[in-house]
Amino acid sequence: MTAPLLQVKAVETYYGNIRALSGVDVEVHRGEIVSLIGANGAGKSTLMMTICGSPQARTGTVMFDGHDITRLPTHEIARMRIAQSPEGRRIFPRMTVFENLQMGASLDNLKHFDEDVEKIFRLFPRLKERQAQRGGTLSGGEQQMLSIGRALMARPKLLLLDEPSLGLAPLIVKGIFEAIKKLNKEEGLTVFLVEQNAFGALKLSDRAYVLVNGRVTMSGTGKDLLANPEVRAAYLEGGRH
Amino acid sequence: MANIASTTASAGTEVTARALRESVFAGLITLGLFVLFVGLKTDQNIRNELILTQRWGLLAIFVIIAMVGRFLMVAYVQPWLARRKAAKAAAPEVAKEESFFSRNFSRIAIVALILYPPVIVALFGIQGSLKWVDNFGIQILIYVMLAWGLNIVVGLAGLLDLGYVAFYAVGAYSYALLSTYFGLSFWVLLPVAGLLAACWGLVLGFPVLRLRGDYLAIVTLAFGEIIRLVLINWTEVTKGTFGVSGIAKATLFGIKFDASKDGFAALMGLPISSVYYKIFLFYLILGLCLITAFVTIRMRRMPIGRAWEALREDEIACKSLGINTVTTKLTAFAMGAMFGGIAGSFFAVRQGFVSPESFVFLESAVILAIVVLGGMGSLTGIAVAAVVMIGGTEILRELAFLKVIFGPNFTPELYRMLIFGLAMVVVMVWKPRGFVGSREPTAFLRERKAVSGSFTKEGHG
Repeated sequence: MTAPLLQVKAVETYYGNIRALSGVDVEVHRGEIVSLIGANGAGKSTLMMTICGSPQARTGTVMFDGHDITRLPTHEIARMRIAQSPEGRRIFPRMTVFENLQMGASLDNLKHFDEDVEKIFRLFPRLKERQAQRGGTLSGGEQQMLSIGRALMARPKLLLLDEPSLGLAPLIVKGIFEAIKKLNKEEGLTVFLVEQNAFGALKLSDRAYVLVNGRVTMSGTGKDLLANPEVRAAYLEGGRH
Repeated sequence: MANIASTTASAGTEVTARALRESVFAGLITLGLFVLFVGLKTDQNIRNELILTQRWGLLAIFVIIAMVGRFLMVAYVQPWLARRKAAKAAAPEVAKEESFFSRNFSRIAIVALILYPPVIVALFGIQGSLKWVDNFGIQILIYVMLAWGLNIVVGLAGLLDLGYVAFYAVGAYSYALLSTYFGLSFWVLLPVAGLLAACWGLVLGFPVLRLRGDYLAIVTLAFGEIIRLVLINWTEVTKGTFGVSGIAKATLFGIKFDASKDGFAALMGLPISSVYYKIFLFYLILGLCLITAFVTIRMRRMPIGRAWEALREDEIACKSLGINTVTTKLTAFAMGAMFGGIAGSFFAVRQGFVSPESFVFLESAVILAIVVLGGMGSLTGIAVAAVVMIGGTEILRELAFLKVIFGPNFTPELYRMLIFGLAMVVVMVWKPRGFVGSREPTAFLRERKAVSGSFTKEGHG
């Protein structure tokens, strides 16, 4: 196999003196959907933020596309074409949907702007209906679509999704997961996904990691983990929807 | 309609009775509140003894104002508001076509401003127009420019700056000192003052990059004070509290505005008057304001301007989109400071005198208040707020007739800040986001442009 697109190696991240990640190894290959599941406080979002350089890893390395990005500032990392749909969506509430998408294309210098906006509107037709509306007035699901759409505007090599299902109705979550699957199938987009919704995430993913207290305790294909009794006991009981 | 009329008639007497009752209560409360503060006053007489002066007349005026005010409020204003609310609720939601006036407001305003000096001269005569062009024209426009400059920092980039007057001071002293010591002309020093202020904007920007909100406000407040204290204490250069006087006037293509043979008045064959210089200054500051507005409008459509607005909304999201927040913040500070500096050098050339007195914290607060009242980010709203606030305080000087009511010692100017505060409370209660609270989007889907005006009145876009 060729070198992975994203390689997180023995990464330890601290908040002050508190260790949030203790030696995490994760690999994401081109064209894969990889998910990271775990309980609250396991360090899932911390790993996502560490990849983006805020906070930076104290030890270990983060390699992306053959470059060491461990010590780069966040905006430089984004310029390597790692796009993120951050936890809590973080769209620009007073700007319109259209302007939000425009902000996402800052990196691309609006070169492919019209083409890409069309693509996003085809993927999420709801956004097209709402394009002149302010971001803050959208529903949670629409905001999540906008957050993903905005990230895609930068034509990323890797899309990081932090809990896209957070606070959304199951039907909307299904729609968003389907959109991610479609992007992966049709355009070969590489996706790294952090999820609480283990069932949905594992079903969607090619491979997955289980994070417990800042350590990867298990990894494997989505199917294997779904069948694994420990995973089922810890993350899936009653969670099937 | 008929039943509404009959209920109003029967309710009318009841309302009047209630209004009378409440006005008596209001009068009693006012009497209780003010009897010691206003009714009695302690004074020192010639033998250094404390004596009690009684001011029952003034107290009566206070009580009467409160009673009449309460009566009018209950009897007329409240029913009127209730009727309006009911009418609004009853009327179906109609998509309103904006009137010609509101659609072309800024264009009409600019034309009106260009015509303002000749109209005033025609109305009040050459000497009579001085006050109107200077106090109501130039004074307001300076604040419009300052507020538009601060708007870039506070309104667009969302960085709360309480020390904006520092850049105004840098601009004013740049012109005052460089023209006094090196004899450079106004037109050379105008951009220089802007650049120097922009540099100071960067100097302030660097240390506060990591700060936001309250913390940023405190540091910028301190920065404003530092600049003022330097101006006071660096006496060899700035002449301290005495200020720099005799600052050279601006010229128009080398023509001076004075009484000399080759001065403006003599060349044009006009009677000698200081009005021409004021009118020239009026057009100058109007031009500077329009440049500020033009630059701001263009900037908002450029990547850097969009980044400013995005930064105000969400800094983390900005970083994740690859926006360098450091340069974005610094350019906002530098840009805002530059306009402040240019306004400052205009201030110096207009006054002919600068001293640290003009650059106290209160000025920063007034400029910030104008930005907030106008609606952060809205150029039109801010201009209206500047007219209301600065024009309002200027009008107070004209209210000499109030002396008839409140006695000869009453100076309306002293109540400036009181009115300012009252106006702020009123605006913030009615329009919490300022006069123009809604943000104008800068970009639309391309196909929208092809749609004619008659199809878009449904309220989209």
